Amino acid sequence: MSAPNEPVVQVSDLVRRFGDRAVIDHISLEVHRGETLVIMGGSGCGKSTLLRHIIGAMRPSSGSVKIFGEEITGVSERELDKIRKRFGMLFQSGALLASLTVGENVALPLVQHTEMGENEIGEIVRQKLSIVGLTDFENLKPAEISGGMKKRVGLARALALDPELLFSDEPTSGLDPIMTAVVDKLTLELTKGAGMTAVVVTHDMTSAFRIATRMIMLNHGKIIAEGTPAEIRASPNPEVQQFINGEPDGPLPLNLSQAAHARHPHTLPRPLVHARGRFEKKTP
Amino acid sequence: MKNYLRLNLSLLYWILVAPFRGEMFKLSPVFKQMVAIGVRAAPMVALTAFSVGVTLAMQAAHSLQQLGAETYVPDLVMVTLLREMGPVLIAVIVIGRSGSAVAAELGTMKVSEEIEALEVMAINPVSYLIVPRFLAMLVMLPALTIFGNYIGVLGGWAVCRFALSFNTAGYVLRALQSADTWDLYSGMIKSVVFAWIVITIACNAGLHVDGGAEGVGRATTGSVVQALLAMLVSNALLTSVFFFA
Repeated sequence: MSAPNEPVVQVSDLVRRFGDRAVIDHISLEVHRGETLVIMGGSGCGKSTLLRHIIGAMRPSSGSVKIFGEEITGVSERELDKIRKRFGMLFQSGALLASLTVGENVALPLVQHTEMGENEIGEIVRQKLSIVGLTDFENLKPAEISGGMKKRVGLARALALDPELLFSDEPTSGLDPIMTAVVDKLTLELTKGAGMTAVVVTHDMTSAFRIATRMIMLNHGKIIAEGTPAEIRASPNPEVQQFINGEPDGPLPLNLSQAAHARHPHTLPRPLVHARGRFEKKTP
Repeated sequence: MKNYLRLNLSLLYWILVAPFRGEMFKLSPVFKQMVAIGVRAAPMVALTAFSVGVTLAMQAAHSLQQLGAETYVPDLVMVTLLREMGPVLIAVIVIGRSGSAVAAELGTMKVSEEIEALEVMAINPVSYLIVPRFLAMLVMLPALTIFGNYIGVLGGWAVCRFALSFNTAGYVLRALQSADTWDLYSGMIKSVVFAWIVITIACNAGLHVDGGAEGVGRATTGSVVQALLAMLVSNALLTSVFFFA
């Protein structure tokens, strides 16, 4: 068991390379009990990859990840599964099993990991679905509901075992503003009210500032800013300001062309850059 | 290949070892898969086996008539079906129908993150998805083979009864006298081996899809081709061991 002051999630010096490109470049972070950490950054900055490493779905090139004080890099699947039963994960697409109904999807962790009877499970499934606003949807198949609904079912499934820790990958993308607010309110109730810890990856700034107790901004696999929402808002870093205000022009490059991309001072070597010469020759 | 061997090992672990460590796989998905893989394939198997039985009987009659040995038609139909045509042709049907379906289904699950989601929920994909399909195939392919053998012999009977000078009792007697139990058992052993080959190749292809919908298509086609080749080669090997060694 972890000591009370120990961080729930502790990432130290995590590196992941694909070829010679570091997608995660020496990242260290800690998440304490009851906190909501928001990881933000533009598309392709490595935030989803970082999350995949934290939950043990991908193995890092080097560095360590501890959840509930227990190392998860390089341990056996069996050890990993013990820890995985204690946290919930909401996938970007919902990742529902298409062959099962909505109700069976939410029930899946309960059926697999508990000794509960059918009635008890049915009761929990109804309750979890009702808190995400999907009462009476149990018997539909994932193919019969919208993308936003799938995501809410995914959230209900992540909460089925009442986890101490919740990971969410883009919990609000594809949801309308009202549903976004509902999901944010739910996250707040679970963290502030029930003491759950949450790690949320998002680029929805409204939602991020609503739920975060601490924020991290990534760019090119590195942490470029870290702090409370107020600190991030007041950050002097122009990249952070551009991102949170959603401005088209600024230090963060919009990678419209290979040539412009290559000339940009913020650009790190990327695999595609090998092709640059060929494109440039054609332009007189 | 490494992935394939690893899948086989982990299948054996989840079927033979894990139940004694308190991680028993659930039985209801096995029956569900038996329906999907086996029962639903029965009509196709019946049609194939009947056509093959009729064809065998006609060819046998044609050749044997010239020797004046028409009475041996049932023997030929029975032995050929039990030893070779039954197991092989029914495996072909099951590869085309059920093997490809398994590869495509698992491949789709893989590309839509469903398999990753299972892992993160601490549900082992091999135990949850592969074991039921494997056990279902191991039971249903031999069962379908027995069923197909019956239908094939029925096809032979149709030719003998209506086109040649056999009566039903004569055909049945002749057919039963000609076959010995080893003919049946060798066919059954073959069909268990084929079941293993077909389902592990299909599952392995599905689990290692990458590259979206296109990858699913590629993996499905690949699994059918590989399973067919592996099945036919192993059939030649088994025949040589059983009847030629």
